[in-house]
Amino acid sequence: MLTRRQTLLLAAACGAVAGLAAARAHAAAPGRVLVLGGDLAEIAFALGAGSTVIATDDTALWPPEAAALPKVGYLRRISAEGVLSLLPDLVLANPGAGPRTALDQIAAAGVRVETGPEGESADIVPAKIAFMGRALDRAAAAETCAARFEAEMARTEAALAPLDSRPRVLFLISLAGGTPIAAGTGTAADAMIGLAHGTNAAAAFAGYKPVSAEAAIGLAPDVLLLPDHALEGYESPETAVRAAGLGATPAGREGRVVVMDGLRLLGFGLRTPQAVAELARALHPDAALEGL
Amino acid sequence: MPAPSTPMRLSKGSEMDASLPAVPARRGWPRASWILLAFAAATLLLALAGLALGPVRLGPGEVLSALAGQGDPRAEAIVGGIRAPRVALAAAVGAGLALSGTALQGVLRNPLADPGLIGVTAGGALGAVGAIVLGGTLAATLPAPLRPWLLPIAAFLGAGAATAFVFSLARRGGGIHAATLILAGVAVNAIAGAVIGLMIYASTDTQLRDLTFWTMGGLGGANWQVAGIATACIAVALVGLIRLARALDLLQLGERAAWTSGLEVERVKRAAGLWSALAVGAGTAVAGPIGFIGLVAPHLARLCVGHGHRLLAPAAALLGAALLLAADLAVRLVVPPAEPPVGLATALIGGPFFLWLLLARIRRDA
Repeated sequence: MLTRRQTLLLAAACGAVAGLAAARAHAAAPGRVLVLGGDLAEIAFALGAGSTVIATDDTALWPPEAAALPKVGYLRRISAEGVLSLLPDLVLANPGAGPRTALDQIAAAGVRVETGPEGESADIVPAKIAFMGRALDRAAAAETCAARFEAEMARTEAALAPLDSRPRVLFLISLAGGTPIAAGTGTAADAMIGLAHGTNAAAAFAGYKPVSAEAAIGLAPDVLLLPDHALEGYESPETAVRAAGLGATPAGREGRVVVMDGLRLLGFGLRTPQAVAELARALHPDAALEGL
Repeated sequence: MPAPSTPMRLSKGSEMDASLPAVPARRGWPRASWILLAFAAATLLLALAGLALGPVRLGPGEVLSALAGQGDPRAEAIVGGIRAPRVALAAAVGAGLALSGTALQGVLRNPLADPGLIGVTAGGALGAVGAIVLGGTLAATLPAPLRPWLLPIAAFLGAGAATAFVFSLARRGGGIHAATLILAGVAVNAIAGAVIGLMIYASTDTQLRDLTFWTMGGLGGANWQVAGIATACIAVALVGLIRLARALDLLQLGERAAWTSGLEVERVKRAAGLWSALAVGAGTAVAGPIGFIGLVAPHLARLCVGHGHRLLAPAAALLGAALLLAADLAVRLVVPPAEPPVGLATALIGGPFFLWLLLARIRRDA
């Protein structure tokens, strides 16, 4: 009995050793960049530096080349040694990446770690592009890219300027467990709704907060906005909205449910102008919106 | 085969006499000391494996020279800066949870008294979350050297409050029915969970980042400062708990019998509660809620060395350290470069073990 337990323990230890023996070999090459954050990964590829990116985190889902790279786990719980095992010489991190200790440990092992600019608005995107351009030594490409972004953004804003209605929009980041979680002020969704000439129906509170079905009816949204990942496991947006008890809201009654790619909608990256245009078209289906 | 543990319902001392440690322990002592030695060797081996293995592949020579301070800076940063504090923390937290479980099971004379199941961990978690969300302003008023201690102290207070609640239930009944104990744990866990939910609701985005990492649990946030503070707190608690071994043996006779044989029962219970809360609180503050070590380690130790606490306490502590070292090693190696939370691994071991315990109990009753 007893020896069997000890044997088990020993077997477990041996198993761990064997697991390591099977570990893969690395080839050290210069210009190995690890990008933490879907927004920064997208910019790295747009700047033509995609071939130097060796890995990203779970939030990097665009472009498909970035999505196909090895993942070091969730942005906010990075493992220091996991990152180091990929032998990066540069780690470019979204300010949300962490824990702080892990980033400090990575830097202590001699890897350059740089954190990008913080903020949830379209104004921050040129700063992100400039940051990536500096870090990846592609300043010229970054300037072109930032200029193009600003032109696209200006064109979108000009095209939306004639709109005079601002429908009330309720953004729900998740419907899990029957308690929808809505985006209040100070969130990326709030900024996007504003850019697309909508009114955030949940402007009464800050940050992401759960709202009951009854409170949602009280907020009287004309449109319900959902990221695509909130619909996993539901047949259609309409069934999801009904299942969450939101069928009695004005948006639920009229069937005005808008679903968008979560990273594109909330990431504040290069695709933000297109995301604003897409959202604006959905919010103002009857407007002509010339120039979009 | 003997029953895997003390009977679950112990309201009378007489039930306990059959499995009393004195005689078998004296007869089995030499064997038990070998077992202790084997546990110590296993713990040491796992600690060495924790230093030598990880997602980054380092040869034994590189690890040794890094430990001696003569390796290349990268290897030194990995072995000395990442793996070593992590190994120290895993060993300390594992030993602390296991010994707290042993002491709580001894005082409450109930083998289901796992710190996680009866709500002590949840109390510590509540204290830690409170410190993260509400402690910002408080921390600013503290002198800089004291600030890192805020989290473990808050967790200790939370764990202490939960322990006091469970003990006060125990006092009323003399001994506690297993169902009462588990239901009390369910209540404490639910209340702590609700208040933690409230805190998360009130937290800012930055605090939420800390909380996300923390509620998932894990030893990945360990640097030397964090590991040092936690290890110091837990070491003090371990010494306090091991010194209670004889008293815990006497308590198995029932509180009245222990009292007539000269034991200051209330003082012992207070001490056991206090040291357990310190060990669980300090561990929870740095590694998040890690379940089941406090249940599995004492039971396995009892299977190997019997019920006498003088052997059981060190055996459980060593086994707890070994279990958490092994679990941490597993999560580091299973899907590199990502890392699942260590609480997942302990729950995967502990959940089925708990079920097995219950089924064995049902079979025996039938």
